[in-house]
Amino acid sequence: MTALATPARSHRRAPVPPPRPVRKRRSKEGPLLFIARHSVAIALSMMFLAPFLFILLTSFMTNTQSLTSNYWPTSWHPENYIAVFRKTDMPKYLWNTVLYAGLGTIFTIMSSVPAAYALAKLQWRGRQLMFLVVICMMLLPPQITTVPLYSLWATYGLTGSLWPLILPTLFGDAFSIFLLRQFMLTIPNEYLDAARVDGCGEWRTLFKVIWPMARPGIAATAMFQFFYAWNDYYGPFLYTSENQDNWTISLGIASFRTLHAVAWNLVTAATVFAIAPVLIVFFFAQKAFVQGVTLTGVKG
Amino acid sequence: MATTMATRHAATRPGNPRSRRPGATRRRTRQRLTILSFIAPALIGIVIFFVYPLISALYFSFTKFNLLTPPEFVGLRNYQNMFHDTNLIKASENTIWLVLVMVPAQVLFGLGTGILLVTMKRSATIYRTIFYLPALVPPVAGALAFVYVLKPGTGPVNALLANFGIEGPQWFNDPAWAKPSLTLLALWGIGNTMVIFLAALLDVPVSLHEAAALDGANAWQRFRHVTLPMLSPVIVFSTITGIITTLQFFTEAAVAASAASGQATNGGNSVSTLFGYPEGSTFTYPLWLYVKGFGYNQMGYASAMAIVLFVVAFAIILLVLKRSKSFSGEAS
Repeated sequence: MTALATPARSHRRAPVPPPRPVRKRRSKEGPLLFIARHSVAIALSMMFLAPFLFILLTSFMTNTQSLTSNYWPTSWHPENYIAVFRKTDMPKYLWNTVLYAGLGTIFTIMSSVPAAYALAKLQWRGRQLMFLVVICMMLLPPQITTVPLYSLWATYGLTGSLWPLILPTLFGDAFSIFLLRQFMLTIPNEYLDAARVDGCGEWRTLFKVIWPMARPGIAATAMFQFFYAWNDYYGPFLYTSENQDNWTISLGIASFRTLHAVAWNLVTAATVFAIAPVLIVFFFAQKAFVQGVTLTGVKG
Repeated sequence: MATTMATRHAATRPGNPRSRRPGATRRRTRQRLTILSFIAPALIGIVIFFVYPLISALYFSFTKFNLLTPPEFVGLRNYQNMFHDTNLIKASENTIWLVLVMVPAQVLFGLGTGILLVTMKRSATIYRTIFYLPALVPPVAGALAFVYVLKPGTGPVNALLANFGIEGPQWFNDPAWAKPSLTLLALWGIGNTMVIFLAALLDVPVSLHEAAALDGANAWQRFRHVTLPMLSPVIVFSTITGIITTLQFFTEAAVAASAASGQATNGGNSVSTLFGYPEGSTFTYPLWLYVKGFGYNQMGYASAMAIVLFVVAFAIILLVLKRSKSFSGEAS
């Protein structure tokens, strides 16, 4: 099983990098099959791309046109994007999202890398048990622990802020620990032994030997975590609903239409703001992703 | 595990005569402290954010609790009340519908697109990227996009259908069509499932296919008797984990309902009226849990629902643990 492919975490929308180019197969197929196959693929492509296209087109329409069934803008209005920024709280939402995703990612890596190292490369009693607990944490629905955690944060007066979402990442994230462990398993032990023979302590071994070798895995984990926080709705919804100052972009666009009494042209422009950064990062980092995954081969 | 580590481990095991030497004892303590320093943050995290809330939820589930006043013990009343809660029954039915329809649809569609890609040649890369892209879209954005694209009156899809003289359904505004619309949304974001199947399909040795072809097996027979048996662990795995994911289905249902109804989700009290639109057809189990806890302030009841969810999810997780090699605790 490919570790990255744990679909239970698909609520995180972890972008699993596509595998290597398709291996060559013997081709004895006739032109008819070729055409049929490509027709299906093109039809599917259109269906996959259509929502993006409609959203993008509508975001350039006038207020009134976005209420009609025309799908092509009669006149183009890029100023919709400026309007979203000026008239609404979009800058605040973006800043909050960057804060949550940015801090959360840094904290997650800091706290999860050592734990993953101990789980992957060190022998100690209780290791198996801890690993099983990490898997359960990763797979169990977050709604199970919602009530006690909310009441815990409420006693410290932190509900209404993003801290209940950021602070826990200081104490490891189950999915990241799992993923990093899978990466580290693939690092040959000979490197660690060499470091130890040279008198390297475990912490130094981690930073001088493991960290550089696990860098693709750490990069991939950081990106998954960043995307997870960027896309997260349940967490911000649970903790910050009551305080609009701390809304993230997901929360902002979910109630955009009614809150700002705007038509679909501005809603779609705001949606583009939420989608674009993720797609841009993915296109730039796709190679690092594929490299990270194929190099360290996350086969369990 | 490496030999040096293994010997060191053996040397530090209590009862081993060599470990009685004073130097070894000190080294053992140091090694333990080092390991503890690696795992301490994560251990604290497990206790505070997992073990404590689990036990706490179990305790709250036997109480009447509204966050403001201390919990009041009521025994099994919350669990008994669940049987008479028509909204809960409705929400559970919806979640079961999603498990029975959405999960198999995702598995079949992921398998289908994977097979299509594996048979394509040079053009596979571009198709693969296109098919994958929607999986990156934030769930809220995806739900909004679908509510817009499937708008009953003037949405692009129904406008297109009207061109062919077909009157499109009301999609997210029709109780009968809301869950199928959510299923379409889930199929749009099939990327991750597709990639799993693609990876598994690429693992099927070409030689097996060639051997079968030499024996005169046609394409279907090769798929049925060569590919499918090799895929079955992946199919089982993605079905099981798909069920776990569907049990927590929240965001898309909440956003689609409020966007289609034209009302805002401001959380707290406002949610109880607009979730589930239309006519409770998109009410899922986690949504009702949220509404009970944070809309009606019935935290005890919500905790009882959480415990039931835990029992179901945990039973399924045990299946995963049994099935999957990558989850087995062995490190080498």
